[in-house]
Amino acid sequence: MKRGPAVLTGVHFINGDVACAEGALAAGCRFFAGYPITPATEIAERMAERLPEVGGTFIQMEDEIASISAVLGASWAGVKAMTATSGPGFSLMMENLGFGYMTETPCVIVNVQRGGPSTGLPTLVGQGDMMQARWGSHGDYETIALAPSSAQEMFDLTIAAFNLSEKYRLPVLIMSDAVIGHITERVIIPPEEEIPIVNRKRFTGPRETYLPYLPEDDLVPPMVAAGEGYRVYITGLTHDERGYPSTSPDAQERLVRRLAEKVRRNARDIIRLEERGMEDADVVLVAYGISARVAYRAMELARAAGRRVGWLRLITVWPFPEERLRELAARVRAFIVPELNLGQIAREVERCAAGRALTIPVLRPGGAVHDPREILAAIEEASHV
Amino acid sequence: MSEERHPLDHLLRADRLPHIWCPGCGIGIAMRCLVLALEELRIPLDRTVVVSGIGCSARVAGYVRLDGFHTTHGRAIPFATGLKLANPDLTVIVFSGDGDLAAIGGNHLIHAARRNVDLTVICVNNFIYGMTGGQSGPTTPLAARSTTTPYGNFEPPFNLPALVAASGAVYVARWTVFHVRRLITALQEAITKRGFSFVEILSPCPTGYLRRNKLGDALDMMRVFKTQSEIRHGAPPAEVGIELGKKLILGKFVDLERPTYHERMRKQLAAFFIEPYVEKVSEEVEAEEVES
Repeated sequence: MKRGPAVLTGVHFINGDVACAEGALAAGCRFFAGYPITPATEIAERMAERLPEVGGTFIQMEDEIASISAVLGASWAGVKAMTATSGPGFSLMMENLGFGYMTETPCVIVNVQRGGPSTGLPTLVGQGDMMQARWGSHGDYETIALAPSSAQEMFDLTIAAFNLSEKYRLPVLIMSDAVIGHITERVIIPPEEEIPIVNRKRFTGPRETYLPYLPEDDLVPPMVAAGEGYRVYITGLTHDERGYPSTSPDAQERLVRRLAEKVRRNARDIIRLEERGMEDADVVLVAYGISARVAYRAMELARAAGRRVGWLRLITVWPFPEERLRELAARVRAFIVPELNLGQIAREVERCAAGRALTIPVLRPGGAVHDPREILAAIEEASHV
Repeated sequence: MSEERHPLDHLLRADRLPHIWCPGCGIGIAMRCLVLALEELRIPLDRTVVVSGIGCSARVAGYVRLDGFHTTHGRAIPFATGLKLANPDLTVIVFSGDGDLAAIGGNHLIHAARRNVDLTVICVNNFIYGMTGGQSGPTTPLAARSTTTPYGNFEPPFNLPALVAASGAVYVARWTVFHVRRLITALQEAITKRGFSFVEILSPCPTGYLRRNKLGDALDMMRVFKTQSEIRHGAPPAEVGIELGKKLILGKFVDLERPTYHERMRKQLAAFFIEPYVEKVSEEVEAEEVES
């Protein structure tokens, strides 16, 4: 067998997990560390098969803590790296995820969500980790999380996730779900030259002048890799521009603010939304992942019944598209938020609506997707408020 | 007056002084032994990385002037595994404490030894959690007092050389911070050994361990290391467990050859791929002179 190409240009019929692995390879990922867990295992299996073909490294670690630790280490060796898991593993990764934000380590973490809490429903869909993605590690930080709604998007958004992680130097989360991970659909992989790739800013100047945490105008510091002679010191402790630990409130202020601001200030560049029927909408469905597809059907049914319903799909969930939600809140009657949890993103919508528009959550704790008629009933309710 | 420079300044971050260690702590000696070992080895220091977890010993990663990664508690070994696998040209040294490596990180320790990843793990064993103020740990001797064993410890400690040897380590040694010459030699052997090597360094913690157990000060502990130890190279690791009042067995217990993770991986994949797998060793590396 010869080595295979990294980008499998062509039309494929594959599941979302496999598409995610292919997206990672196309984005330049050459290191994967993982631990088996339903419904994300196929990502690891695909990477185990494909990474050796492209000169990359796959390792199955002893647990998810080790997996994310190895991914962070590989990233500091200068290699794009990823891990994939589901709820229980995602919980185990939380501390080291924070280390990734604190040390500004580019990498991608995929969570193919299943029903929780605890072991929950290993084989069935859930969207209960959305707030964990935002707040799961201790301390204050901002993250980037993307929510694919198709096998195609598992490919596309994995590339986007790598590009964002490299651009802004932070772990980027792909918050998928069991349906999107396991759904088998047509996936089009474009020619390699049509795939935009972003690589981290590298520092190449003299060693004496390098300050590992001196940011540029975009608040992102250029990076080096271990072994390049810069002799960097990287710590999860609060640190100054040299990377040296500091216990001063001033260092804390500067570092923690910058880590948040580099995401907040660039929110417009990061946030992606898809919208339908917003021109005349007085009720807007806000959804993501598999729930967005079910909501789309509900919109079609409602439109056929003469309701003026819009559909807003969150491709980027974090940072939350506050600006757009506030704009809409000023002119629509209600938001309807179907999600497979007991109300997580609905809270964000409600926060942005700030009383100017009604927020109606349509909730299931996972195990099955909504019936579009449940969402339709909420549209009817909203239309009569 | 010209500024005085220590001959090892180029390997230490003098701008980070003073260090955090208490008077009488042995970690500074252990760090000095590491630095001397590296200097004499004349390996490319720009490609030598020190990875640590959390604790007093873990601060070494930030005092040596090398690429240093001060990671989360217990996770130095998997982080180091990622570094080494993603760039096999690196010499990766994990330097941390017994609590970090054998308690919270214990699972990673045995799995890295099993895989025989080419890492050197240096474990400073001071029998206690020092940084948090003297709690018992996985190496605290039976009956010893600590803030969390106020009536004496009744959990048997790990015999670390036996643990890592049983897990597959190809080099296992134990020394103390009194035996600096032998320790330096052991560190050099461990660093140049291909595969998973492990050096346990017994070290006094006057603040967290000695004082509470009325064992005197650091000097008294050094006296114990000198007079109560016995060097037994090749001793069966199962027989070197540490017990209060018994001889401390020191020496090189394991030094054997076993294919490393990378060697096995390359061999296995060679059957499937015409082109060699992961040959990251660049021409630059092969041609490069050892750093002066």
